[in-house]
Amino acid sequence: MSGASGARVTADGWGWRHAGRRSHAVSGLDLVIEPGERVLLLGPSGAGKSTLLAALAGVLGGDDEGEEVGRLAIDGADPRDRRGRAGLVLQDPDSQLVLARIGDDVAFGCENLGVPRDEIWQRVGEALEWVGLDLPLDAPTSALSGGQKQRLALAGVLAMRPGLVLLDEPTANLDPDGVREVRDAVTGSIARSGATLIVVEHRVDVWLPVVDRVIVLDPAGGLLADGPPDAVLTAQGERLAAAGVWVPGWPPRAPVRRREHGLAASVLSVDDLAVGRTPFAARRPEIAASRISFDIAAGRALALTGANGSGKSTTALTIAGLLAPVSGAVRASPLLAGGLDPSPHRWRSRELLPRIGTVFQDPEHQFLAPTVRAELLVGPHALRVDAAAAAARADALLERLRLSRLAEANPFTLSGGEKRRLSVATVLATAPQLLVLDEPTFGQDANTWAELMALLAELLDEGTAVVAVTHDQHVVEAIADAEFSFTSGSTADVVR
Amino acid sequence: MSILTPTIRPSLVARINPVAKLAAALLISIVLLLSIDVVSAAVALALELLLLGFAGLSARQFWLRTSPLWIAAPLAGLTTVLYGVDSGAVLWEWGFITVTEGSLGLGLAIMLRVLAIGLPGIVLLASTDPTDLADGLAQVVRLPARFVLGALAGLRLVGLGIEDWRSLGLARRARGISDARGPIGAVRLFAGQAFAMLVISVRRGSKLATAMEARGFGADHVERSWARPSTFGAREVLLVMLGAAIAAVAVAAAVWAGTWSFVLA
Repeated sequence: MSGASGARVTADGWGWRHAGRRSHAVSGLDLVIEPGERVLLLGPSGAGKSTLLAALAGVLGGDDEGEEVGRLAIDGADPRDRRGRAGLVLQDPDSQLVLARIGDDVAFGCENLGVPRDEIWQRVGEALEWVGLDLPLDAPTSALSGGQKQRLALAGVLAMRPGLVLLDEPTANLDPDGVREVRDAVTGSIARSGATLIVVEHRVDVWLPVVDRVIVLDPAGGLLADGPPDAVLTAQGERLAAAGVWVPGWPPRAPVRRREHGLAASVLSVDDLAVGRTPFAARRPEIAASRISFDIAAGRALALTGANGSGKSTTALTIAGLLAPVSGAVRASPLLAGGLDPSPHRWRSRELLPRIGTVFQDPEHQFLAPTVRAELLVGPHALRVDAAAAAARADALLERLRLSRLAEANPFTLSGGEKRRLSVATVLATAPQLLVLDEPTFGQDANTWAELMALLAELLDEGTAVVAVTHDQHVVEAIADAEFSFTSGSTADVVR
Repeated sequence: MSILTPTIRPSLVARINPVAKLAAALLISIVLLLSIDVVSAAVALALELLLLGFAGLSARQFWLRTSPLWIAAPLAGLTTVLYGVDSGAVLWEWGFITVTEGSLGLGLAIMLRVLAIGLPGIVLLASTDPTDLADGLAQVVRLPARFVLGALAGLRLVGLGIEDWRSLGLARRARGISDARGPIGAVRLFAGQAFAMLVISVRRGSKLATAMEARGFGADHVERSWARPSTFGAREVLLVMLGAAIAAVAVAAAVWAGTWSFVLA
């Protein structure tokens, strides 16, 4: 059976300025999207894509949260008065599950719309079938994978029978399997629900098979392009790629490595290592991966690859001296240890700084200071580098990672790409000999991706050793000298 | 098993509306707080122990859940014995410590009271699912849905918080700032991490709030419906009456024995 009919979206000179910001997030937007159209919404970061989706979902807030000009409408009415007509799926899988059980979570939206009980459960079953989640209604939502959580969020939206489905980077935090899962769930369910679709995503190739129209927002206001996918991408491909959108046929520039052949000095070796974490209130660690052996050399990059849950991140944290090995050994060479015990997890926190730097998957976890500049001084300060030298180093890094203009901004207010650059810069401030990165390119646009790769190549050429956990095959191709792939959770082998 | 989806064995009590369990436990607690005497607490505890078998807890679960109580109750009693108001014959004296007949009786009364108040609460809520409790509070007690469901959704963030806390600890070690120098350093370290945790929790909470709002939560002009019915029937009334009966028998026994001493009198 089909759901409600598709909604019609219209914008007449619409714009929005967030309270406290000088420039408009969106301005001068004129647009008509017909019922049932499937639109991919593109634009450089800062073009206001998320703002537009939030406005259409009716969650942008009132006059105290910003200033609106022009008119935005769903089926001719203000989106705020048509709650439930549009459904929104966001990027972070963890922040949009509301209830503890699958069935209850899907039912949540229907309850808010006042749908009668019998009909709710009928809709819940139907929505779960559409997104292909074949699990008991009372299964706990916390045990789902990222891709399953996003499909559940989509089911929760579809059960509300929206005329308009809005997806804001729904796959940015997922591994390649999760991305396909979610894309296929959207493809299968949107056709059946008959809803209009607007999806925002950097990775164009994933969504091209689903959409029939591409709209590109201009950060300066209005539209850059609007039309059938092929025509828009042919006409605007180069410009979009330059703006950081992943356009098929316009890959980001890969760095040139000055690879020196011959033996490189070993900095750290891993021998028959088993890694794991001790769950909350448990006594024994749960082993995440075992029988891991490899060697890390100065000026060489090692990529750790494999499926979600295969123990890649735990291994990286163990190599970085943040977790103790469950068994086996992580041994720093005398070159790296510099007189300390060879086991990095026994080092003091301060002793790690000039030796091993770790860039976490979520940059927000490692921010400590109120401004970007202060953030870069934390490491040198802990090492008691004198103030003038530390300031000079911070300025050089700000310049190198294009953060100078944000020196006095609060780290939490930066964009995703800026946060990522800052998290790398904080680590480089103490010039570690070994750099460990956990999914450095997750959710990044093509420009940030290219910058990161160029920076890593530069560091490698200067002799820094790099270990990167990644799902991104392009990263492996761009910088890795060796790849260690975690297969089936325990055994692993060097493939290159 | 987690906080939000506890493993609950199917039992008679597990099927009773959590609101009734809460009411029964509250009723007993309030009445027992009105007096400090051995008889009322002992009678209530005895009656409660008779009914425990129907609560559907395995022996292991029972001892595990109530273990804090078995430690806290004797400790509270002992403290009263050693330092409580003295009366009657002095049995033992050592420095500040005097044990008298009066303080011994008072200590026993306190210990029994902690057990009699704590047991029904812990045992009844051990068989309760937080989602069911929220449904009951909203549909039966008619607390505002916005408040009840907001709290329930927030509870889910606790699990994520544990993971965040660990990541923060690792990240701070990596940033070179987790070498504590002495107890003051350790406190400062903890405070810093707690603040970072607060920032992250607030951000997560506001994202969750947006997601809930986007799904129509908090819309003023729509009457919310409930996917899971929460009813208050004969079973529930019976449980509340049982709670009332335990409280009444305990008070009657104490008054009859002449030990009832109203704390507010």
